[in-house]
Amino acid sequence: MAATPRLKLPSQAKKGDIIEIKTLLPHPMESGQRKGKDGKPIPRKIINKFVCTFNGKPVFTADLEPAVAANPYMEFFAKVEESGTFKFTWTDDDGTVTTAEQKITVT
Amino acid sequence: MRPISRRRALALGAGSAAVAALAWSGNAKATPKDAAEAIAKFTGDKTAEKGKISIELPEIAENGNTVPLKVSVDAPMQADNYVSDILVIADGNPLPRVVTFRFTPMSGKAVASTRIRLATTENIIAVAKTTGGQVFTGQKLVKVTIGGCGG
Repeated sequence: MAATPRLKLPSQAKKGDIIEIKTLLPHPMESGQRKGKDGKPIPRKIINKFVCTFNGKPVFTADLEPAVAANPYMEFFAKVEESGTFKFTWTDDDGTVTTAEQKITVT
Repeated sequence: MRPISRRRALALGAGSAAVAALAWSGNAKATPKDAAEAIAKFTGDKTAEKGKISIELPEIAENGNTVPLKVSVDAPMQADNYVSDILVIADGNPLPRVVTFRFTPMSGKAVASTRIRLATTENIIAVAKTTGGQVFTGQKLVKVTIGGCGG
């Protein structure tokens, strides 16, 4: 299921600015705690890792557990010193990887 | 146990709360001991200092399925000493670990927000580690009207 991630971050910033980044990936985050209509547990299927890098260098990582709500939302900050590309990666329990990129111009 | 979906439970209205609670009791429930173990594993042998961490959460969460959470640590993010990890624990959830945020000096500040699930009225505990070897902790109680796990 290739859902489209949503990103919100500025396209321009001044050198040394700390910018706010918001991301959201549509995903059910099935916790593995719920039971289906047949009374059997619904198997766990969540995004277990989120990574943000800037020009290949790590900025922010989150290890997600089933207690993160559906459509995992992440808001964090990054200090930008140069123009470049933010890359975001979400890893599903089943190994599916969703990625997104956004460029920023730093003056 | 009678299987009942959360959607149906909600549709049935207030009376269903008791039914949902019954459905819930079948699941394994974490104890404060599990939470303490998860924290001990995270901090190692270091003693956590109180303070420095602020946890922003609604005082009363009507819907435990999605509760906004913001954690911030009041510490500088320098290349040689920065907040590297924040672990968030919910001590009444079936699995106490909620999320772990990992920062780098490029994060600029040790602040992150997400949305979490809470099963019941419980304490949210945040533990932060710095590369300088300090450990900080803070906690906050949230009242949850409708739990957000299982059912």
